[in-house]
Amino acid sequence: MLAYAARRVFWAAPTLLVLIVLCYVLMYLAPGGPFTTERALPPQVLANIEAKYGLDKPLYAQIWDYVVAVVTRFDFGPSFVYKDRDVYEIMARGFPVTLTYGTISFISACLVGVSLGVLAAVRHNSVLDYIAVGATFSAQALPNFVMAPILVIVFTWQLGWLPGGGWSGGQWQYVVMPVIALSTSFMASIARITRSSMLEVLNSGFIRTARARGLSPTTILWRHAMKPAMLPVVSYLGPVFVAMITGSVLVDLYFSTGGIGLSYVNAALNRDYAVMLGVTILYGTLTIAFNLLVDLLYAWLDPRIRY
Amino acid sequence: MARPAHPILNVMSPIFGSEGVYRIADRIADDDFAKGRSLWRDAAEKFFRNRAATGALVLLLFIAAFSTVGSLLAVWSIEEIDWNVLADISGSGQPSLSNGHYFGVDNLGRDLFSRTLQATRTSLAVGIVGAIVAVLIGTVYGAVAGFAGDYLDNLMMRIVDVLIAVPSMFIIILLMVMFERTLIMLFIGIGVVSWLEMSRIIRGQTLTLKNREFVEAAHATGVSWFGIVFRHIVPNLFGVVVVYATLLVPSIILVESFISFLGLGVQEPNSSLGSLISEGASTIIFGTLWQLAAPMGFFLALIVSLYFIGDGLRDALDPRDF
Repeated sequence: MLAYAARRVFWAAPTLLVLIVLCYVLMYLAPGGPFTTERALPPQVLANIEAKYGLDKPLYAQIWDYVVAVVTRFDFGPSFVYKDRDVYEIMARGFPVTLTYGTISFISACLVGVSLGVLAAVRHNSVLDYIAVGATFSAQALPNFVMAPILVIVFTWQLGWLPGGGWSGGQWQYVVMPVIALSTSFMASIARITRSSMLEVLNSGFIRTARARGLSPTTILWRHAMKPAMLPVVSYLGPVFVAMITGSVLVDLYFSTGGIGLSYVNAALNRDYAVMLGVTILYGTLTIAFNLLVDLLYAWLDPRIRY
Repeated sequence: MARPAHPILNVMSPIFGSEGVYRIADRIADDDFAKGRSLWRDAAEKFFRNRAATGALVLLLFIAAFSTVGSLLAVWSIEEIDWNVLADISGSGQPSLSNGHYFGVDNLGRDLFSRTLQATRTSLAVGIVGAIVAVLIGTVYGAVAGFAGDYLDNLMMRIVDVLIAVPSMFIIILLMVMFERTLIMLFIGIGVVSWLEMSRIIRGQTLTLKNREFVEAAHATGVSWFGIVFRHIVPNLFGVVVVYATLLVPSIILVESFISFLGLGVQEPNSSLGSLISEGASTIIFGTLWQLAAPMGFFLALIVSLYFIGDGLRDALDPRDF
């Protein structure tokens, strides 16, 4: 287990490095630099600007400087568009907001999804099961960008219960809709996966043995069925995490929460490569770290896995 | 010495000679159940027995046909601005049959019927082309990795591991922003990132196929490894490929719509369902609900029907389920 964990951690570092280098090379290859404006700058001015941002050096030197700065100081360089701000500042301002509702969404998607799935599996072919299956199927077809406008129409325009956007330091009224918009479809997929894997486990031989031994249904469910049934769910958490990070960009934009996604979209529209790279690397790092966690959790849950 | 006939034959001899027995024999020889049944015929039968999947297929064909042929019905092009309704979009811009705006107009006075149809075409095209690109790359990559084994397999799959850990949406957006925001770039971007999952699945399947007798036989008869991979292994992966490709189409449409929703996708005057939903969502304040309803309706119908078809195909082609 320890050796496996060590190897996984060891592999995370080159992954991260590849990510950073890949992003940087993409930026380097892009036709038309970040300073290509409609009015062409005099060559001398352009050279000065490029020297200031270190873009006049050869590619490998640029990459080296960038990687060192990012890894040692979290320094993603200055923004290419907002001259007085650096990328770290821009990200640090938005990240806590995104992290707050993102964490709440992730946890609630897991909790509600798993409970719904287990409930549907235990009461297989009951009304409850059908309702759960129907609800999860329809919710799966509602991605966040469909969910968000629907939520605003219902809760803001029709019912007038919740504000249609903003953050206000994270008061609960402002958090509810981002969380629902972000988590619904994943809640549904988690419920579906949980249900099918739980059904499979409940029909397997060792559960029948446990029943034959006269164990109570609660014990069977929690002590015997839960752990193996969670395996597919755990391996699905990685993709969910990625999708939620991606979805947060949209939620930040649509609900104007002031999160990191808004800066990202603005950067994309202004060709502010520095910010785009910073956000991509930040989210890539989070993804790599989370996948690591998932793999370790999986290895811990499934004693058959020994690499 | 001849063995004495079994007594039962004496009892049954009238039956053996009778006409009825020949009739039964003829029927057995003629009947369908004596013929071989291919995997594909079985699958087709199973698929069409699944009512949800068949209905979804009909719906999808209808949407595809409507989005192509339907534009003949359109009175307005996707770019024309109807100056008559521009002043009062939430009133006279509503869906109406009389002025040719069957789905109403958007916030700039452009006909939403043509725009929705055009967007549906874009989304479908992106989904299908993206899936084809992903399938081609993923199948070749996965089959080669799985068949090669050893170092090459290890190296190739490590590369996939590394790439899969990168949030792909950000890479697509990065590509689109840095190069150009055109449909071609979108195809490339989406294709480039969506083959990874596919290659893993294909590799797994290849590993199980690799040790089967027919591959061994091909080896023994001196078929080159290229021939084995592409003539013997890839055709056997077809079922898996079809199922995953069908499920890939809606997920690529989702990705594309997401990017368009952010305003980073296809550029004006072209649109995709995502950008129309985004436009519709931003104008609900003015009470112009149809601007959201039309593209969202098409989007949901498309996604749901594709999911049902994918599910139906998976059930039909799943070899475990016989």
